[in-house]
Amino acid sequence: MAHDSLYAAPSSSSAETERRTGRLTGLRGVLGSWDVAVVVALVVAALLAGVSVESFATGRNVQFLLLDLVPLAMLALPMTLIVITGEIDLSVASTVGLCSTVMGQLWLSSGLSLELICVLVVLLGAVLGAVNGVFVTGFGLPSLAVTIGTLALYRGLSFVVLGDQAVADFPASWTAAAVRDIPGTSIPVAVLPVLLLALVFGVVLHATAAGRALYAMGNNDQAATFAGVSVARTKFWLFVASGAVCGLVGIFWTLRYASARGDNATGLELTVVTAVLLGGVSIFGGRGGLLGVVAGVLLLGVLRNALQLADVDANALTIVTGALLVASVVLPNAVADVRARLHRRRQRANPVAP
Amino acid sequence: MSLTDTGTPHRRTGNPPTGAGRHRRGLTERLLAVRELSLLLALGALILVTTLRNDRFLSGQSVKDLLLGCAILVILAVGQTLVIVTRNVDLSVGSILGLVAFATGSLFLAAPGTPWPVAVLLGVALGAGCGAVNGGLIAVAKVPALVITLGTLYAFRGIDYYWASGRQINAADMPRSFLRLGNQTVLGVPLLFLAAVVVVAVVGYYLRSYRSGRELYAIGSEPAAARLSGIPVGRRVFAVFVANGALAGLAGVLYAARFGTLDAAAGTGLELQVVAAAVVGGVAIFGGSGSAYGAALGAVLLTTIGSSLAVLRIDPFWQQAVVGALILAAIGLDRLLALRMAARLRGRSAHGA
Repeated sequence: MAHDSLYAAPSSSSAETERRTGRLTGLRGVLGSWDVAVVVALVVAALLAGVSVESFATGRNVQFLLLDLVPLAMLALPMTLIVITGEIDLSVASTVGLCSTVMGQLWLSSGLSLELICVLVVLLGAVLGAVNGVFVTGFGLPSLAVTIGTLALYRGLSFVVLGDQAVADFPASWTAAAVRDIPGTSIPVAVLPVLLLALVFGVVLHATAAGRALYAMGNNDQAATFAGVSVARTKFWLFVASGAVCGLVGIFWTLRYASARGDNATGLELTVVTAVLLGGVSIFGGRGGLLGVVAGVLLLGVLRNALQLADVDANALTIVTGALLVASVVLPNAVADVRARLHRRRQRANPVAP
Repeated sequence: MSLTDTGTPHRRTGNPPTGAGRHRRGLTERLLAVRELSLLLALGALILVTTLRNDRFLSGQSVKDLLLGCAILVILAVGQTLVIVTRNVDLSVGSILGLVAFATGSLFLAAPGTPWPVAVLLGVALGAGCGAVNGGLIAVAKVPALVITLGTLYAFRGIDYYWASGRQINAADMPRSFLRLGNQTVLGVPLLFLAAVVVVAVVGYYLRSYRSGRELYAIGSEPAAARLSGIPVGRRVFAVFVANGALAGLAGVLYAARFGTLDAAAGTGLELQVVAAAVVGGVAIFGGSGSAYGAALGAVLLTTIGSSLAVLRIDPFWQQAVVGALILAAIGLDRLLALRMAARLRGRSAHGA
């Protein structure tokens, strides 16, 4: 409440700015607790599903649930950082698709070992991300338009690489490894690298100067520049990191479904953006945290999985995704509005003595 | 150089070009800056090359197919132009189209005797209703349209799937008078394309010549300034989303008439093509500039690329890649021209000082 009274001090400002700061503090308060709200919603959803949906809390289902979430969770990590800087990357799913088909084509025709191919695929992802980065930071183009362009370009190239064929003859030892459990549990091994990545991204975002700089950029590019942050270079490397993670996801996707196809991961970019926004990251940039995003990914996964088990048509489930996204942006603003209104009324009731 | 210039490090300007060179470049630049003209040139070159390769590309049937193919995308691109000009975007158009198409089919299933103008009106009304949901939510939430329409993209599509629950509607379920809308021609021109031309003309004229149309550009250039100068920004943006929804509804009805076979997946993924057409057509993604004519030409160009690749015997898998490259080229060109223009203006003001 201390900062509340700080903002409420009626200096000489006009009614308009007073109203705006009131809304701002309300918004900040809500967003600060948004992480908590998503975590609570997640716990409630999981408990409800565990009680009311018969096969939800079984080891086998948990395994499937987590495996399904691995690509989404991995892609959401770099996306969080990118959105916080005020940019967006819509090309992630197409990058995954292109990495997957290149992996298939290399395995089919190059005779390289699969280990080497995996390294090459991650490098390819990084290069594809760097292309985005060059267009956005080098040429100063809006990332929304650039990545819609590369969304089409990379998806098209992934069809060029493999046509409408699929490569499916990956060694069984590799495809089995992608879906193997941690011994003695029903948690897939693939969750471990996701946790590791989440830790790395979390530390970078929340515990380093570079992470603080991302927020500064998202709030005001120019101010960040004057404060000595190299905005262009940082954003460039974020796009590279995003591409490299797409390479990893491409490898996982290919091995998990034992199939490299041109249409792998089509449309996933919108789900990733949904998860990030649901996790409380502001699309304007400058606000949000990784904990909320991880909780958002899990919430999305739990709800979809439980409803699917409850025999709701998988395609109709997109209603849930859409409604969650809309609610997650409408609610905080509505709450902030109400708070600001209450705050103003309180102020009017007991005016500050001069 | 002023301080504000150093704020954007990538905006590096070269030395101002000298005398005659500047003059000549100014002319070509001005020609390029009229996006409709450069689009027409690109379209002409594409058609020329394709026809030289295979002269049947300009035969009556092929042209008719081409015009039919681009009509729906043109209508959607024009609607999207209205939205993008105000610095918003509507990603839900593909879902609205799918929902309205399926609703039209269901209408004929339930009431086979419905005359087609009623079906068109109902479809447009349903689309406008979806647009009003978008506009209303944006007004309440005060967040970018990107987020809200991403949500309604899923929601409308989900409703569509829930409603259809796996059913499919076939051409046999719809009256012949309605299906004729989809393939009838007037003097050799498909009716569908004429509808698209009417939409382009009306919206293009409105954006260019009406006060409220010009206000949309003001809103897109600088919303705060628009508000201060007395433009009812909220009301205009809401109206724009309703109009775009109505056009998507119209496109949905025409989709039903053209294809006859409908399931819940109709129009999936169309939204990105629509945005691509508008961007290629010179509608700046951050608002404030662009025309309906440009967006329509962009849509025609994208459709033509698709069919000429087939004629040129280029692997059809290249089509999407070409579209992507074209988007990047279009926004890159815009940026380059804007930078040159800024540099020249600066050079001129420096001379004048």
